[in-house]
Amino acid sequence: MLDLEQEAAARQAKSSGRFFMRFTREQRYMHAVLFTSFLGLAGTGLPLRFSDSIWARGLAKGVGGFGAILFFHKFFAVVLSIAFLLHVKEIFQRGIMHRQKGVFWGPNSMVANWKDVKDLVAHLRWFVGLGKRPQFDRYAYWEKFDYWAVFWGMIVIGFSGYAMWFAPFFAHFLPGWALNAVLVIHSEEGLLAILFIFSIHFVNTHLRPDSFPMDMVVFTGVESEEEFKHKRPMEYERLVKEGKLEARLGEAPQTWLVNFSRVVGTIAILIGLTLLVLTLTAYFS
Amino acid sequence: MAEAAKVIRIQRAGEPARNVAQKPMRIVLFVLGFFALLLCGPARLRAQSECLACHGDASMTDTNGHSIAVDGKVFGESIHGSLKCNDCHANIKEYPHPEQVAKVECKNCHADQASALAGSVHGDSKDHPCTSCHGSAHKIFPKTDSRSAVYPLNVPNTCGQCHSNEGMAKKHGLASVYPKYIDSIHGFALSKEGLLVAANCQSCHGSHNILSHKDPKSPTFKTNIPNTCGQCHAKINDDYMSGAHGKGVAKGDLKAPVCTDCHTAHEILQPTEAAFRMQSTPICGSCHTDKLSTYHDTFHSQLGLLGGYVETARCWDCHGAHKILPASDPRSPINKANLVATCGACHKGANVSFVQYQPHANARDRKLNPEIYFVRLFMNLLLAGTLTFFIIHTILWLIRARYNQIKEKSQGGGKNA
Repeated sequence: MLDLEQEAAARQAKSSGRFFMRFTREQRYMHAVLFTSFLGLAGTGLPLRFSDSIWARGLAKGVGGFGAILFFHKFFAVVLSIAFLLHVKEIFQRGIMHRQKGVFWGPNSMVANWKDVKDLVAHLRWFVGLGKRPQFDRYAYWEKFDYWAVFWGMIVIGFSGYAMWFAPFFAHFLPGWALNAVLVIHSEEGLLAILFIFSIHFVNTHLRPDSFPMDMVVFTGVESEEEFKHKRPMEYERLVKEGKLEARLGEAPQTWLVNFSRVVGTIAILIGLTLLVLTLTAYFS
Repeated sequence: MAEAAKVIRIQRAGEPARNVAQKPMRIVLFVLGFFALLLCGPARLRAQSECLACHGDASMTDTNGHSIAVDGKVFGESIHGSLKCNDCHANIKEYPHPEQVAKVECKNCHADQASALAGSVHGDSKDHPCTSCHGSAHKIFPKTDSRSAVYPLNVPNTCGQCHSNEGMAKKHGLASVYPKYIDSIHGFALSKEGLLVAANCQSCHGSHNILSHKDPKSPTFKTNIPNTCGQCHAKINDDYMSGAHGKGVAKGDLKAPVCTDCHTAHEILQPTEAAFRMQSTPICGSCHTDKLSTYHDTFHSQLGLLGGYVETARCWDCHGAHKILPASDPRSPINKANLVATCGACHKGANVSFVQYQPHANARDRKLNPEIYFVRLFMNLLLAGTLTFFIIHTILWLIRARYNQIKEKSQGGGKNA
């Protein structure tokens, strides 16, 4: 671990000193709202899913009994729903109202394309030493998967959640068995989201050697030129070719922001890993 | 007087001489005895005051140091106050009386109670069987008198003298019932409200003829319990007897639950209390295991298991508590026609399509709940598939990235060196 940190420091030392923008302020805030509400939902949802385990009862008691747990679960659900709707509204405005290019296609879009499939295959081949490391553009295939997993997850979990919250209303247009199914869907999809985020997303994005101990770009919005080049050479070269690289120049992140983000990020990752361990122990006991 | 004479006669008749006496002889003896009483009795056996001349001294003890004092005033007010001392202490006829005084035999008058007691669980008690419960022999009051040890409000304390004792409970293989009873709904009604009709020990167990709950004649024998409780809870007993459990018991099915199986015998809680709501479901589930397992899959159970949230439906919120009827019965709360009302008790706005919800759906049963089975199957495959792929992906990536990092480092180090 210390070894990895030293390496990261060494990389910083070799830095050109230039930083480039990756995420806008709105996108960073969106991520913050997303992970706080997600942690809240996971922390209050898991005791329900595994209500017969000891820690679930302890946690419920600690929060103030089930009444409190349900309140917080619904509160975070509403927060996340609003964030989701704001995001959909933004995409709609940018892509459809203003006909902005590149929202639904091209290297800056989250929509998957043929290159992603090729990248996935090439990446897997590189893992086992059968080829060169693929050159990624702005959004790599696993990042797009993360995005769509969350997008799909919010629709599925959100819809099934609201169907339970307002069951008599939803019963007007859902068949009887659907009221049973929504709990199955909600809890399984929730479990998938929790397991995925707290293991796959954490490792792929934050804990893997290239980013260890966490990728600060989602907190600070900027990354060093070296990191940019190393992680997404294709985007870097495209920007150089198009002469747009300078336009993406950003300022070095302020120390307080880096430190604050480290603390918040570490807490979030630790809560996530704790919930992951609790989930796994409950699931396999 | 006549009563007293009768007592003496019985006492005399009990002597061995009776056995050899022929019938005419007995009559002679009787007549002689009667006249002897009339002539000599008053002279030798005076009223209580004569005995109390000595025994009225509160500090009087026998050679063993046991008190042999009698409070004449209290005794006079007691149920036996009109009797003379030697009505009971029968072998004392004159003063000074013998050192050894015969044991008082209550059964000489209270023959029915004595024989009931002899057949009861207390029959072989070494302690004095009567005074253990009725209190000091010279202070016995009718059970309607609040000074009586068997006055309804005093019964639990009286029985509790022995039945709150851990040692004695262990010795006889009994639960230490007194502390449980006294904190029960009956115990509170009795001790806090002073309700004379609140069930005390003897309301359920009887008094002299207390039998083990294993004895089919006992009011606490399983199949007799509904009637025992029904003495007070008549309406509930009627409901219970017309429900599935009551019918089972009536048919002699000993597996069917009776009152105490759900409410317990002594610890009986107010059913609306959180503690009872929390403990009730596993009780039903101890027989209805399949139903408990499908209930556990539902939101009702998941909420219910977390402490502090007791409102979610327990078995009896939907099925009824006492008059439990099959769904096919139009009177049943889970009959199709009644579901909107039953579910609507908690779910405001419950409608006909809402009540199609299946509170015991089994997502693992393809035949019973195909829709939910396939939804669960799809969700599980999605979960397992996604995670399996990405776990392999991530592990391979981690290994490869670390390998490259180490390689780069050693190469870099070589160049710089």
